[in-house]
Amino acid sequence: MALDLRKKVAIIGAAETDSVGVLPSITQLGLHAQAARNAIRDAGIDKSEIDGIASAGESPVAVADYLDIQPRYVDGTSVGGSSYMIHVAHAVAALNAGYCNYVLITHGESGRSRVGRGGFGGGAATLPGQFEAPYGTMGPPNTFTVPIVAHMQKYGTTEEQLASVAVATRAWAAKNPRAMMRDPITIEDVLNSRLIAWPVHLLECCLVTDGGGALILTTAERARDFKKPPVYVLGTGEGAENMMISTMHDFTESRAFERAATRAFAQAQIERSDVDHLMLYDAFAHTPMYGLEALGFVKPGESGPWFAAGHSAPGGDLPINTNGGGLSYTHTGMYGMFALQESVRQLRGEAAAQVPDVKISIAHGPAGFFAASGTVIMTNQA
Amino acid sequence: MTQARSKPLPVPTPETAPYWEGCKQHELRIQFCTDCQQHFFYPRLFCPRCLSDAVEWRAVSGKGTLLTYVISARPAPGFENETPYAIAIVKLDEGPHMMTNIVNTEITLATLPAGMAVEVVFEDISDQISLPKFQPAGTARSG
Repeated sequence: MALDLRKKVAIIGAAETDSVGVLPSITQLGLHAQAARNAIRDAGIDKSEIDGIASAGESPVAVADYLDIQPRYVDGTSVGGSSYMIHVAHAVAALNAGYCNYVLITHGESGRSRVGRGGFGGGAATLPGQFEAPYGTMGPPNTFTVPIVAHMQKYGTTEEQLASVAVATRAWAAKNPRAMMRDPITIEDVLNSRLIAWPVHLLECCLVTDGGGALILTTAERARDFKKPPVYVLGTGEGAENMMISTMHDFTESRAFERAATRAFAQAQIERSDVDHLMLYDAFAHTPMYGLEALGFVKPGESGPWFAAGHSAPGGDLPINTNGGGLSYTHTGMYGMFALQESVRQLRGEAAAQVPDVKISIAHGPAGFFAASGTVIMTNQA
Repeated sequence: MTQARSKPLPVPTPETAPYWEGCKQHELRIQFCTDCQQHFFYPRLFCPRCLSDAVEWRAVSGKGTLLTYVISARPAPGFENETPYAIAIVKLDEGPHMMTNIVNTEITLATLPAGMAVEVVFEDISDQISLPKFQPAGTARSG
């Protein structure tokens, strides 16, 4: 029997960079640091108390050094966009083990302006270099999207249903002044936008932006001493499946998603009907569909009609991606941190598009296309 | 005038060299585990199922089924003159699946037939590298 880790750890600080979007004057490392400073101020913690650091994209050592933090817990898990959910999972274990007292998790990415940032992708002798790149893959738009047609052919999922994810997400973005894209859109607008890689159009692809975010976690006992009400971690999960998109086992589902979600729910000991708010990392319109199915809110194949019926949109019964998502709010590259930030805001009652009475929120997403995944279930109920 | 950039050229490793050698001879060869009696792909030092070293390279039929695809409307570097092109996953009759392009059929912005039967055809992209691609089964070979 696994340890009961429910509400043993809480998020006491959460903040993004001063702004998100186009930030050509700040390096990638600087974005990590600015987000971290804002989270430190949000918590009201003395920086010298922080003894754990986790980060992806940049080395956690580089971030700690930049901030003059002296860590004795270092997590450099960097498997893609949901590395931050995995950092939370690891921090829960480490804090419970007494391995450290306060963990700072940072994200910063100069995805658009590419200031102070290394290259992307591997060499011609890597597995993707030999077995994918020669076929004209060019990163996420025509690679992460490869599984969609398998879902369409197995379940009858339609282009209009896929487009409805982008429409619902934009409706949330319209309520968020920090969102990059705020004009309402229709299914027709999505289907008439530039074709990127059929069946995916421009408005079904995430934005490319600059920005960052940071979280500070500690044990539930210590969490009472800080400025903001604690957001407790109820459950976490992580999983990995495939190295390349072409090595997924079944293109209609993500085993990494399923693995992460199953453990998170088992740890949290809640039902799907207990969940008030969901952040399903949307790199493309199909990723929330795969997420909704993997998390068990609908049966396999039912996500298309479900999104098209408006359940996730403003006024729907399960609000999803209420910040406007990667599709319309911001997407720096490894977006998972922003999903976590919005869950915290909703649980604190601080969101731009606040959903009434949120008690349980989940942030879930993919990492490295569908290669890996992380899930975090949070609550504001002590 | 636009000049196409060069396409990514695979660099074989000791583990993958027999695969690329087969391709160069226009024969699709993948690994087979003689212990658990199953093919696997991509190339590895040992069988990913049972971890046995008892693996050998075998020519396969080159026949398969289209599992999923995108039709890329935007080109990767080197593919400027080829849009739209289909990036596809083909499941070989022997079991494993692999990424490829669907060729020798009209690539429109509509769907390719679900579960379409396909067969391998090789494209020589350098003196050393030939890429396995797939065409609808029964397509007459050009040239």
